[in-house]
Amino acid sequence: MNQAGFPLLSLLTFLPLAGVVVLFFLRGDEESVARAARWTALWTSLIVFVLSLVLWFDFDKSFAGFQFQEVMSWLPQYGVSYRMGVDGISVLFVLISTALTPIAILSAWKQGGARAREYMIAFLVLETTMIGIFSALDFMLFFVFFEAVLIPMFVIIGVWGGERRRYAAIKFFLFMFAGSMLMLLGLIALWVHDGTTSIPDMLRMPLPPHMQFWLFLAFFAAFAVKIPIWPVHTWLIDAHNEAPIAGSVLLAGVLANMGGYGFLRFSVALLPQASQYFAPFMFTLAVVAIIYTSIAALVQRDLLKFCAYSSVGHMAIAVVGIFTFSVQGIEGSLFRMLSHGFITAALFICVGVLMDRTRSQSMDGFGGLARNMPFYALLFMIFAMGTVGLPGTAGFIGEILVIVAALKVNFWLSLLTGTTLILSAIYTLVMYRKVIFGGLERPELKVLADIGPREIVMLVPLVILTIWMGIYPSSFSTFFDATANAMAQAHTVALAGTPAHLASAAGTLAPSSVPAGGAN
Amino acid sequence: MIFAIAVFAPLFGSLIAGLFGPWLKDQGAQFVSILGMLIAAVCGVISGVHLLSGAGHPTTIAIAEWLHVGGFQVDWALRYDSLSAVMVLMVTVVATLIHIYSIGYMHGDRSVPRFFSYLSLFTFAMLMLVTANDLVQLFFGWEGVGLVSYLLIGFWYEKPSANAAAIKAFVMNRVGDLGFALGIGLVFFLFGSVRFPDIFAAVSAQSHAVYHLFGTDLHALDVIGILLFIGAMGKSAQIGLHPWLADAMEGPTPVSALIHAATMVTAGVFLMVRMSPLLEYAPVALAVVGVIGGTTALFAATIGCVQTDIKRIIAYSTCSQLGYMFVAVSVGAYQASIFHLITHACFKALLFLTAGSVIHAMSGEQDIRKMGGLAKLIPYTYVMMWIGSLALAGIPPLSGYFSKDAIVNAAFMGHGGGYAWFCVAAAAFLTAFYSGRLLLLTFHGKPRGDDHVMSHVHESPLVMTGPLFLLALGAIFVGGVFAHDFIGADQAKFWNGAISAINHPSILLDIDKTPFLIEILPTVLAVLGFVLSYVMYVAKPELPAMLATRFAPIYRLLLNKYYFDELYDVIFVKPYHAIARAIWHVGDEDIIDGIPRGGAGLARFSAGGVGRLQSGSLAQYAFVMLIGLVVLITVFLIFR
Repeated sequence: MNQAGFPLLSLLTFLPLAGVVVLFFLRGDEESVARAARWTALWTSLIVFVLSLVLWFDFDKSFAGFQFQEVMSWLPQYGVSYRMGVDGISVLFVLISTALTPIAILSAWKQGGARAREYMIAFLVLETTMIGIFSALDFMLFFVFFEAVLIPMFVIIGVWGGERRRYAAIKFFLFMFAGSMLMLLGLIALWVHDGTTSIPDMLRMPLPPHMQFWLFLAFFAAFAVKIPIWPVHTWLIDAHNEAPIAGSVLLAGVLANMGGYGFLRFSVALLPQASQYFAPFMFTLAVVAIIYTSIAALVQRDLLKFCAYSSVGHMAIAVVGIFTFSVQGIEGSLFRMLSHGFITAALFICVGVLMDRTRSQSMDGFGGLARNMPFYALLFMIFAMGTVGLPGTAGFIGEILVIVAALKVNFWLSLLTGTTLILSAIYTLVMYRKVIFGGLERPELKVLADIGPREIVMLVPLVILTIWMGIYPSSFSTFFDATANAMAQAHTVALAGTPAHLASAAGTLAPSSVPAGGAN
Repeated sequence: MIFAIAVFAPLFGSLIAGLFGPWLKDQGAQFVSILGMLIAAVCGVISGVHLLSGAGHPTTIAIAEWLHVGGFQVDWALRYDSLSAVMVLMVTVVATLIHIYSIGYMHGDRSVPRFFSYLSLFTFAMLMLVTANDLVQLFFGWEGVGLVSYLLIGFWYEKPSANAAAIKAFVMNRVGDLGFALGIGLVFFLFGSVRFPDIFAAVSAQSHAVYHLFGTDLHALDVIGILLFIGAMGKSAQIGLHPWLADAMEGPTPVSALIHAATMVTAGVFLMVRMSPLLEYAPVALAVVGVIGGTTALFAATIGCVQTDIKRIIAYSTCSQLGYMFVAVSVGAYQASIFHLITHACFKALLFLTAGSVIHAMSGEQDIRKMGGLAKLIPYTYVMMWIGSLALAGIPPLSGYFSKDAIVNAAFMGHGGGYAWFCVAAAAFLTAFYSGRLLLLTFHGKPRGDDHVMSHVHESPLVMTGPLFLLALGAIFVGGVFAHDFIGADQAKFWNGAISAINHPSILLDIDKTPFLIEILPTVLAVLGFVLSYVMYVAKPELPAMLATRFAPIYRLLLNKYYFDELYDVIFVKPYHAIARAIWHVGDEDIIDGIPRGGAGLARFSAGGVGRLQSGSLAQYAFVMLIGLVVLITVFLIFR
């Protein structure tokens, strides 16, 4: 069947649901149900994580195509099948999903209150959909997971969030759903054209340029909102501000990556000409996002909003990398997405540590914590440096690769992308000074304890990951190499098939009868 | 192998002292980190002498692969050639002395383990920088020293001024780093590699390559040279990116001596020298280096003449001396540049540490207007500071004379007496003047401090005076003893191919052909500078105040450091904050969030008659998004 010898990806995807079933049957008083629910959820996610390590060890790094494939017929008359599999660009996203879920569950340990069971169910369902997204190899199946992920996240924000949780949850849902609807249109158009929704099959069928043009816009709507890119990023600020920390961990760590993954898997791979055509447009949005959100991050007083703005700026760098279509750019964006995943997640957990102790999320309420929380200050510093992209941390690898790749496209693109070096340093250091440095004067802060065992268990693995990826990124890049090379090559080949000059390419790309003035 | 131990011993010392600090206590942490440094220094000296004496061969020690993506191949490796061996030797020895000095200076501080951990970590990062075999590892060390510099400037994190200075240092360095990063990108674009051997081998083949920028075809190697130099300007505090260095004096004095005088700030010079094979083909870049370096040398020296904070005077002096080193680079006298870097490390570290002794003796006072009359109270420190100052001013036969004269003469011969030569010659006069002023105001005349402070003035303990003595030996002898190897007849054998001056083959020989009057000029100017300081601060002490009122605008300009901080505040800092607030409130909250809100309202209004659709608001959102997209795309297609 595949190199695991059993349907590994399906097992990973649906095992969390088995945990959900167990949770339904828990009986007893509120207190014991809550405790049992937490432990059940934690163990389920840990088992899933351990099982997912098979991917780490058995993945064939020299093979560019899909691995661990599983195929079952689903709606054969429509060319729709249940097809799972991973390749170099998706395999580590599956792993980061399985790795971050237990950490998210741990960070939700003291929350949930009377409905801790439902809270845990939401996280396990979320894990199922996240893994499903990254391992689905059928567009229809992908779409199902892509939509399903909204439900648990909507519930997590809307039920366990902060004061304006309903507003944030609905905003989140509407932005997402609007994007998805357009993608659904694109999916239907693709299906009509290809007669199948199998991604490996679709990759073999080139699409006419004018169709690519519209499909790109449709996909753009879905993925740009997820990543999110300027100017559709505002939902994220509210979502992070209101979501519980565990929700933010997965929102930043995994859900944002779905957008980047979508761009790579669908936009770049399926729509090479349109991607090339729209690349300047994507660069423009991404560069605006980098500068705009990095500047906005400086004046945030709210730590959660601060993390959210920095998150948008970081993901925009990944977008630049993707649309350079070079090996360095693609791998750089993958590094950027993964490192953003766990570094931003860690920053949210760091904020959560403070919120657990003080119920406050305003920078102005802190200061001088280095005195009584030195270990916390050290860990926070490492993550802050990861955000800044200091060499030796994971953040640097993606940044330098994207800057190098961007320079091959255009000097100014590289320069503007590179402003993140300066801007991220400004906002991160100012935030760190406000929270950690300065005098320890407030009496309520003097009694705060340094981080405890549960928090150490959450944060130390992320520190190790940050430094590991920073000083020995080859452990990760070997997963990408074959697939990224193949993608970059396929892109060149696909472009070689069309007229080389951009002027004539634009002529063939833009549909001849455009109602809304798309033709020039 | 020994070379590798020299590089990694400080890392282990740092990790143990830092992570186990609470258990090791002060003494344990000091012991561990100094042990690491001693091992590093012994290994650094052995491996350095081995190679530089001609017994060893240049080689590269591979450690592990770092990042291999397509052609972008970067490895962890230690480059063992004359240039890196000299730097490793200097860094390990100076750092060890400063570690030892810090035992006394930081005694009684609340966070001794943290301090020693940072110092050792800094040393490690600096060693990674100088031993890099490719631009990216160099960048790793470069950013590593920047981080530790940030942490050490802000070491006393309860002081708001220290925090502000730390952030300023990091951010200004990052502005330069953007240039550096783009330089790396362009090197990769042009050479397909970022490894030094690959670049140097291909550089002559690329000497006519062009790069299209600003609507014209520029000489690609010049562009690379200038981008890398922008990085060097940040790290080495050259004019424009210099204000952080004076503020960095907020850190403990041993930090100023190690990081902001002897090692980190010279990283920019090191980068330029390391890239000498490339810069030789980048004449425009070298000209830029010369103008900036010369300007900084003179500009910083003028500021140094009126400052009153003992450490800031020395900081501006450092800034000025770094300008000298860049001037040497610009005429192809890379060897002289490194020579001055080494001698400067000795005498400037000595000056900072003696300043630390003075501050220690004066119970933390740093204003030289409140000192005076200390010569009899702390005679040992007094003598040491004289040695450092004379070496700095380039009085023969101290170290500074050999290296500084070489640079001034090379500037004259290289540029035919142009702008850079004028700047460094004039700066030689000012250097002696501000050094004399510093000494006279601090140690001579009547005590101006209050009685309580003056009664506590005492000589420092042996752990502090011992390193001073060794550095003083360096400040006296290094120049005379090693001039022959660094820039003299034996230089080719000494450098063993580590430096390329292929298009400036005779610059070092030309130094000896400098016309006699030009050759003695810097020394004469230095003596005159000391004489003038004597006249102004001993013979006629009313003169400075008179001059300050007579030339009030100039005095205020210098006292306020040419208003760079104020200017940057108006041009960058304030607008940046204003833009940030505008983006957040107007851009995000009003406009971007306003569009869907307004659009939804509009749609609800127009769809009012249609009745209640189940997914009404969803459709509206989709509709608005689609409209927005179409508008965006249209605008893009029309205006692209």
